[in-house]
Amino acid sequence: MSEPQNFWQRFLARPNDDRAKTIGIAVIVAFVCAVVVATTSVMLKPLQDAHLEAERAARMEAMLDTLPGMRAVMEEAGVTALDVRMVDLAEGWFTDEIEPAGYDAIGAASNPETSIAIPAEADVAGIGRRETHAPVYLLQRDGELMLLVLPMRAAGYQSTITAMLALEPDLRTVAALTVTGHGETPGIGARIADPAFAARWPGKQVADDTGEIVIEVVRAQATGPYEVDAVSGATRSSNAIGSMLTFWLGDLGYGPFLDRLEQEGL
Amino acid sequence: MSLIRHVTAPLIDQNPVTLQILGICSALAVTTSLATALTMSIALTVVLVASATVISLIRHHIPSAIRLIVQITIIASMVIVIDEVLQAYAFAISQRLSIFVGLIVTNCLVLGRAEAFAMRNPVLPSALDGLGNGLGYSLILLIVGTIREFFGAGTLFGQAVVTTVADGGWFQPLGLMQLAPSAFFIIGLLVWAIRSLRPDQIETPEYTLQQQEARR
Repeated sequence: MSEPQNFWQRFLARPNDDRAKTIGIAVIVAFVCAVVVATTSVMLKPLQDAHLEAERAARMEAMLDTLPGMRAVMEEAGVTALDVRMVDLAEGWFTDEIEPAGYDAIGAASNPETSIAIPAEADVAGIGRRETHAPVYLLQRDGELMLLVLPMRAAGYQSTITAMLALEPDLRTVAALTVTGHGETPGIGARIADPAFAARWPGKQVADDTGEIVIEVVRAQATGPYEVDAVSGATRSSNAIGSMLTFWLGDLGYGPFLDRLEQEGL
Repeated sequence: MSLIRHVTAPLIDQNPVTLQILGICSALAVTTSLATALTMSIALTVVLVASATVISLIRHHIPSAIRLIVQITIIASMVIVIDEVLQAYAFAISQRLSIFVGLIVTNCLVLGRAEAFAMRNPVLPSALDGLGNGLGYSLILLIVGTIREFFGAGTLFGQAVVTTVADGGWFQPLGLMQLAPSAFFIIGLLVWAIRSLRPDQIETPEYTLQQQEARR
């Protein structure tokens, strides 16, 4: 019992410029600091997540507020929030197997049982795996679709960017796009979350007449309904938004669901 | 009683911002409003006291070859912990402070006190020295924050003090006060005021211009 203590005392008694002591102190300091940081991070994670979740909900509300007349439609329909329904992405239709409340898309994507691996050449959004089910938000009046909101995400410059895309009932016109979460460089890439960038999206067309997804984020002056100006100085973060739309509206994303919704209606 | 000097001296006589001109970057960035200035002040003071205490506690066992990196590791860990706590308990403020809490680690003030004082002094004086320097920094930040928020937006802690023209009052906010240069002006004026009252703070010029004799 006294042996380790002696060892410890012998270690501390070594001269400070001793090589073993230098390495030992470095290891101990690094280890203790790592434990402290990791413990704090893990313990506070639920609280931080709750704040992020609240911010996401607030951004969704703010997005609805920017849509002209949307509040009036909601009032007419007698709802205060959008309906949430789970969609089986492979099947491309609604499912009741999973409860949308508390569904953790990123958690599901990291579990092999609830996700699929995306082939590298199709993974333009850089997310690696995609969950099998996704929640979609809809607003309907008299059984008719008024607004469809799709959550999506993509790898940005240094973080995963999460966003919500709101589509008009024609399923091609962007009603709004809002970034709900990211960890991009403050002041540079973080400007993709600014209202100024969100304001460039309403009215843009995601697909051309043949149904192909053609929307693009461009560096030069955007022309036509299929191009959106990037945030200057934040090309990589802006491009991530473009790739995100290409992937999530494509065959591996909401594509099958959107096709079926267009043909069959609600 | 001399212990109290460790806390009071850095407030005016040895103020880290106005005498040593340290921590200017964050003093410019977070003083647009009082709330962010206060949060930043508290965060920096906590980091300063905690890191001074820990470093002083192990000062006899820090090998001089790696002392800077040991100090930075300890300070950086404290900063991460503070940042996480702010994100958990003061989310809105932490969003507004964005990277500046994380940048406390690069604040010369923290490493400067660790290197200059905590490495050579017992725990209690080191902690008090950290507290004093933190309060000295906080004092300047709060003064600058008060001036900038009041003249820049007519509010204090977000509460309207005078009615601005936009709200139908008489007060025209000074837009410059919301921009970083105004903090330079205010800190410069503070330095000037303090050195006028305490002439012993005036540094001797490194060189003087030679007086040239008038040519005939």
